[in-house]
Amino acid sequence: MSTDLTPGSPGNLPATTGTADGAGREQPLYPLAPHQLRLTDTDPRAAKRAERQVATMFGLSALLIVAFVVAYVMVQTDQYLDLGNIGKFQLSNVLLGLTFGGAVFLIGAGAIHWAKKLMADEEMVDYRHPAATDDETRASLLEDFNDGLAESGFAQRRMVRRTLIGALALFPVPLVVLLRDLGPLPGTSLRETIWKAGERIVTDVTLRPIRPSDIPVGGLVNASPGSLEEVQHAEGNMNERAKAVIILVRMTPEQIKSQQGEGWDYNGILAFSKICTHVGCPIALYQHVTHHLLCPCHQSTFDLSDSGNVVFGPANRRLPQLPITVDDAGYLVASSDFHEPVGPSFWERG
Amino acid sequence: MSLTTKVGGATIDYVDKRTGILGPAKANFRKLFPDHWSFMLGEIVLYSFIVLLLTGTYLTFFFKPSMAEVVYNGSYVPLKGIEMSEAYASTLHISFDVRGGLLIRQIHHWAALFFVAAMIVHMFRVFFTGAFRRPRELNWVVGGIMLMIGLLEGFAGYSLPDDLLSGVGVRIVSGIVEAIPIVGTYLMFFIWGGEFPGTDFIPRLFIVHVLLFPAILLALVGVHLVLIFYLKHTQYPGRGRTEDNVVGYPLFPIYTAKAGGFFFIVFGLITLVSAVVTINPVWAYGPYVPDQVTADSQPDWYIGFLDGMLRAFPNWEWILFGHTWSWNVFIPGLVMPGILFTALALYPFFESWITGDKREHHILDRPRNAPVRTGIGVMAITFFGIATINGANDLLAVGFHLSINQITWFTRIGLFVAPPLAFVATHRLCIGLQRRDRDKLLHGRETGRILRLPHGEFIEVHEPITDTEKAVILSHPQRRPLPMPAKTDENGVRTPRYRWRWIQAKLSSFWYRDSVETPSAAEIEAAEEHMRHGIGSEHEHRGDFEISHHEIGESETVEALTSRSEED
Ligand code: HEM
Ligand code: FES
Repeated sequence: MSTDLTPGSPGNLPATTGTADGAGREQPLYPLAPHQLRLTDTDPRAAKRAERQVATMFGLSALLIVAFVVAYVMVQTDQYLDLGNIGKFQLSNVLLGLTFGGAVFLIGAGAIHWAKKLMADEEMVDYRHPAATDDETRASLLEDFNDGLAESGFAQRRMVRRTLIGALALFPVPLVVLLRDLGPLPGTSLRETIWKAGERIVTDVTLRPIRPSDIPVGGLVNASPGSLEEVQHAEGNMNERAKAVIILVRMTPEQIKSQQGEGWDYNGILAFSKICTHVGCPIALYQHVTHHLLCPCHQSTFDLSDSGNVVFGPANRRLPQLPITVDDAGYLVASSDFHEPVGPSFWERG
Repeated sequence: MSLTTKVGGATIDYVDKRTGILGPAKANFRKLFPDHWSFMLGEIVLYSFIVLLLTGTYLTFFFKPSMAEVVYNGSYVPLKGIEMSEAYASTLHISFDVRGGLLIRQIHHWAALFFVAAMIVHMFRVFFTGAFRRPRELNWVVGGIMLMIGLLEGFAGYSLPDDLLSGVGVRIVSGIVEAIPIVGTYLMFFIWGGEFPGTDFIPRLFIVHVLLFPAILLALVGVHLVLIFYLKHTQYPGRGRTEDNVVGYPLFPIYTAKAGGFFFIVFGLITLVSAVVTINPVWAYGPYVPDQVTADSQPDWYIGFLDGMLRAFPNWEWILFGHTWSWNVFIPGLVMPGILFTALALYPFFESWITGDKREHHILDRPRNAPVRTGIGVMAITFFGIATINGANDLLAVGFHLSINQITWFTRIGLFVAPPLAFVATHRLCIGLQRRDRDKLLHGRETGRILRLPHGEFIEVHEPITDTEKAVILSHPQRRPLPMPAKTDENGVRTPRYRWRWIQAKLSSFWYRDSVETPSAAEIEAAEEHMRHGIGSEHEHRGDFEISHHEIGESETVEALTSRSEED
């Protein structure tokens, strides 16, 4: 086996270092080292000691299981172990884990100690067999196969064969077609949000409408459309939230180098989508000195004073800007929906 | 009483009369397994998988895979009254209102981390020792598939609780799916049941996590183990070991006790860790909402390399004929992992094509004796290391007062430069170790004892190495590169597939480049004779050796290479 040079192999492989015995088995260059006796093999007292050690581990394990049950009954989940700086631990978790873990560990430790100290430890030798089936069996299998093939007539009956192949090829189609209703088609949904002309801009947690004077220069407000809560409850999902959330920042008009549309700000207040154009994380970190907005996921950085363009990172597209103004009551509102899709790129986006 | 009753008792007798199970049992009962600590790595993988199945089943009894919004009213005070998905609420319920629930969650998560980590280390053990060579290539492929599914399974589980941290990860995946050319948007709408986040994703992911992937993994684990039994385990070189035999301890009783015991050790250790080290405290992150994010969002460590590649890739995006090609996401998110896993799975076939070695191997290689392979392995580790580190570039920036920009550029350049450097360094280290082996064979071991010779010179006394060491060093058969193909045969007929075979031969000579010749039996004999002569001749012998070493280590290989390249 070890000298089997497969046909096609260019023979760059010498025989292995050993020599063969009568049966063609390779003989090792150096024989197996003689077996070493352990203390537990020669000294009955050592063996007895090892036996006691193993039994102690098994016995302790059983005791720990009892302790586990006691802890389960006695300790409630609202009891805590406060270790100051190290942390606060759920007492039940610690006790159950230590008792159960200890019990399980001791079974293993005992078994291994037993195997190492007390079970016979002489290395044994066995022979390998080649992985392949022997030639005779292979030949007879091939014969069986050919017989079966002939009996089926698969080779001769072309019409049967071809229609069968055709039928089998189409058989998976329903399995794929049935997946169609996993979801709706995208349609224009990725291009639209619920922002529209006159839609109130509200703060994201307290849902208060915002007056321009609420935002100081250098300030930042997380905001969303006034009707979002309603829409979200009606639809029973957070899809609109995932697209519509914005941030408002305010700078002095001179600090604005450019924006995505003429007069889309309101007195230096700019509204941008909060969803990163890379793969869609909500963007969080604003440096009001540089007007840079940094995505915490992969650090794409956008310059809000310059149309939300990318200044660094893996994102390619600028953050879409939302045109805003104020309504009659003096609250900030959108003047339209976004003019480009928010969030990550997609094939049809263009 | 029949014989079988004596052996196995009445039940086994009953079963055997209906299944014939004792035949296969007999064949494997005393099967020998070689012993080595590195063979326990695969066992750790298996046992942590079993722990995952046990604890995962327990979790399914309490977990609610639903994205329906509920108001939390459990006993974790800081989140009382907050709206969240049922999935998140039920995870809180498991953690704070089910006795032992937190423990099971922690064991499940820790076991997942052990599982993946052990799987990766196990894979490298198999790689560096060449255990994937014939006849075990298919088991390597099975392992590669398990690794891939294992990573996906881990990600799926991590995402189920629908907490803020994992939800951001899911959002990233949805963005990656959207970046697939042509079908991406549709795929994403089918997987998520519409727009992100929808309400279908968690229930669908749940069934993937608790049924689909575990079932596939279980089947593959079965195949993996059956093949290990059938092909018998490989063994490290040593006294008494040949390609034809297996030296070790029997399954019953030694491995029953050792491997069985080891299962309890692994289970016990994972449980002890879970008792005292909190992992994934989802309650601290809060429920997922698509407009919030935690400051330094990090995936579980084994996903870090993907995140790192995503962070490092330049922001290339094309718009061609009105369609968007998001290379910046598609390549690092899907193409590169795809290439890496394919290369991983196909490696054994690639190597045997280069070396021309199609024989069965049961004695493991020492990494030094396959310098190119070892170099490739270290190269891969370097690549993954850098990508993974970059997955935490924000933490590094804060920790070391660097700018993200600097780290990103360091990564971009490092991913291309560092792996080849690692390759060269490893290759040279291996060749150095080969020389040292040869040195030891011919010249013995340095004892550190210094002697002064009669004419005043100082030498170090050398001592012959043991038979065990010799057996290990000599286990490595010397091989040669494939010969360069001739363009045409004697009759002027063009050699079929000449280009292809030329590339193969070139790679082959690269594979064996600088390899140190194993001394012949005669050389060893002569050297040992010298050493026996004692101190006087020791000195002369040293001189001899220096020359022969030089000849064989350097010039001969170089000559061999040049003479071969003249042939073509
Ligand atoms: C084979 C590899 C597996 C890996 C790597 C894995 C990994 C994970 C991880 C990392 C989590 C997050 C847990 C947490 O944060 O507490 C998780 C959750 C979960 N896993 Fe697994 N898991 C595996 C197998 C299974 C199996 C076989 C089942 C069920 C039969 C299962 C059932 C669950 C359930 C129900 C949860 C959610 C429970 C919760 O967090 O409350 N897992 N898994
Ligand atoms: S999602 Fe914002 S940089 Fe990746």
